[in-house]
Amino acid sequence: MPAVEVNRIIKLYTDKVVVDDLSFSVARNEIFGLIGPNGAGKTTTIRMMMDIIKPDSGQIAILGDKLSEASKNKLGYLPEERGLYQNLKVIDSIIYLASLKGMEKHSAEVKAEELLNKIGMMANKNKKIEELSKGMSQIIQFIVTIIHDPELIILDEPFSGLDPVNTELLKQMILDLKNQGKAVILSTHQMNQVEELCDRLLMINNGRAVLCGNLKEIKSKYRSNSIIIDFEGKLGQVPGVTEKRNHTGYVELILDGNTTPKQVLERLVSTGIIINRFEVATPSLNEIFLKVVGENHE
Amino acid sequence: MNKTLLIFRHEFLHTVKRTGFIILTLALPVLVLLGIGVFHIVSGIINPPVEVTRIGYVDEVGGFDQFTSQENVTLISFDTTETVTQALISKDIEEYFIIPSDYISKGIIARYTLEKQLTVPPETQVAIKDFLLNNLLAEKVPINTIKVIGSPLNLVTIRLTITGAISPEQGGFTNLIIPGIFGFLLAFSLLFSSAYVLQGLGEEKENRLMEILLSSISTRQLMIGKVLGVGAACLAQVVVWVISFPFLLNLASSSIGGFISMIQIPPNFLVLGVVYFILGYLFFAVLSAGIAAVSSTVREAQGLAGIFTLFAFSPFWFFSLLLTFPQSPIWVVFSIFPFSAPVLVMLRLGVTAVPVWQLVASITVMALSIVGGLLLVAKLLRIYILMYGKRPTLREIVRNLKRG
Repeated sequence: MPAVEVNRIIKLYTDKVVVDDLSFSVARNEIFGLIGPNGAGKTTTIRMMMDIIKPDSGQIAILGDKLSEASKNKLGYLPEERGLYQNLKVIDSIIYLASLKGMEKHSAEVKAEELLNKIGMMANKNKKIEELSKGMSQIIQFIVTIIHDPELIILDEPFSGLDPVNTELLKQMILDLKNQGKAVILSTHQMNQVEELCDRLLMINNGRAVLCGNLKEIKSKYRSNSIIIDFEGKLGQVPGVTEKRNHTGYVELILDGNTTPKQVLERLVSTGIIINRFEVATPSLNEIFLKVVGENHE
Repeated sequence: MNKTLLIFRHEFLHTVKRTGFIILTLALPVLVLLGIGVFHIVSGIINPPVEVTRIGYVDEVGGFDQFTSQENVTLISFDTTETVTQALISKDIEEYFIIPSDYISKGIIARYTLEKQLTVPPETQVAIKDFLLNNLLAEKVPINTIKVIGSPLNLVTIRLTITGAISPEQGGFTNLIIPGIFGFLLAFSLLFSSAYVLQGLGEEKENRLMEILLSSISTRQLMIGKVLGVGAACLAQVVVWVISFPFLLNLASSSIGGFISMIQIPPNFLVLGVVYFILGYLFFAVLSAGIAAVSSTVREAQGLAGIFTLFAFSPFWFFSLLLTFPQSPIWVVFSIFPFSAPVLVMLRLGVTAVPVWQLVASITVMALSIVGGLLLVAKLLRIYILMYGKRPTLREIVRNLKRG
């Protein structure tokens, strides 16, 4: 049973289609990337999953069923627009919001202290939220999201406003969640984070799915027929290579349609040059994103 | 624990811990205590230990020589204007008056004093009047008749029921004291309690907490928990005021005398007071929640809500008209209008008898307004609570409500 099953959902605002016939599923024990440009419909999709807004048509199953009072307690949600009670103490904020997820006060307090200890913020336990830095406050919000040990965690732009240290801390905590068998949905603009963390992804644009699948498969699919080499010596004509592009520190060789990278490697070795680096050129997710979104704009 | 109950508890504790709430709760009894203290001080200054006032007079008519000892005033006869003026200058007397020879035909008395005064002190006026009246009528009519002539009307009104029996509910200002004070407290309580609801929801929206909360609870749970939690805190505030009231009345009655003991509480007032407190609070709280939903900041919401909550005080703007024309049909209309109904009905109960049908109509309209308001505000919350930055126009709100 997948953690999330979204089936042909549509949402209209006034006369604009914000989410258009979108379907996808998220398995347990995976980090699923939800990416797309601004206004693509990511947050609307998440809000429909959280039952904060209703889809005009289509079905959403969370942990195998329609979202209910009980299943809400199995969800952790860190929205993009987020904050805490500024006048409350850190510990009181965590306990109150954890109690709304069905936790008993005592167990919430014990777990809160455990998590604060883990991230080295125990000294801030009795500080008011307004006394914390933005980054610290974000980490507390993340604790609130996971304190009740949810089965599904939805994180909307979790890294925005975080410094590199806190970003690394958060990344490690997200990977820990995956290792505990949780399903994690990560919505972000930061493609490098998606590349680092996600197993699968869904790219949406103008409310429609434009790319979906395993990250490696997607990168492979968008691989250009070229290789990157860094070498010492003189590179002459290589059979099967139609074009050589010089970049700083490396050369990109464009292959014809009938030649494989393995054949080129064998031919290069036979020329006697010293090869320091040889790799099949794969585009970054950012490049794929720009390419796909660009195609959709055309 | 039920999530609505959790929100209720959080809101109750959060409200009662607010500095403004604590100050307001204590301020009212403290202000009344101060008032009693000021009354003691001022009455002590105005009413110093009783001293006999000496007033001189010159009788040019003749025959005004009896009854020279009035209450706290001694009247001393002088033969000429010069001697009485000399007595005034040498402070043997405090003032004097001349009974001129044409007094019987004109009735004019000239009074002379060294003080700059706005008007004649009542005690002096009464003493001179009684002195003149008693001397004019002495030996012509019995002494009791003279008293009645001096004060011919002491009108005592007795209200009867339709069966002719004496009504248990009599009118008069003593009947207005409790409803007037309660109406004032009610208006204050409505003003502050709806402000707490507005501030709470507004802060959650402004602090971007709303989406986090809605991932755990529904808008219905949020609104019910919040409105009831803040309402319970405000009810506790009113209870503190009501409990302190007998103690303060006791203190005041020892100062202000028997007046307090004459205070009457209209029948059913306590029941109606509780009913109108609950209905009034729910009405203004629901309205405040709606305003918070469509406003992007607390300040913006407070500006809008201020206009509506002013209506709660509106009966006090026309209080003198209510006292003068208590039976005007305009009060019936405003007793049914839910913005002014809670406070106006309280005041009317003190001024006149409010027919049962009017109470039923007023309570029904308020209850329907609350139910309708709840449904509308739940929709508004769902539509606008996650919209930040721009306040929608009235036209947009109506359009979105129609679309649902």
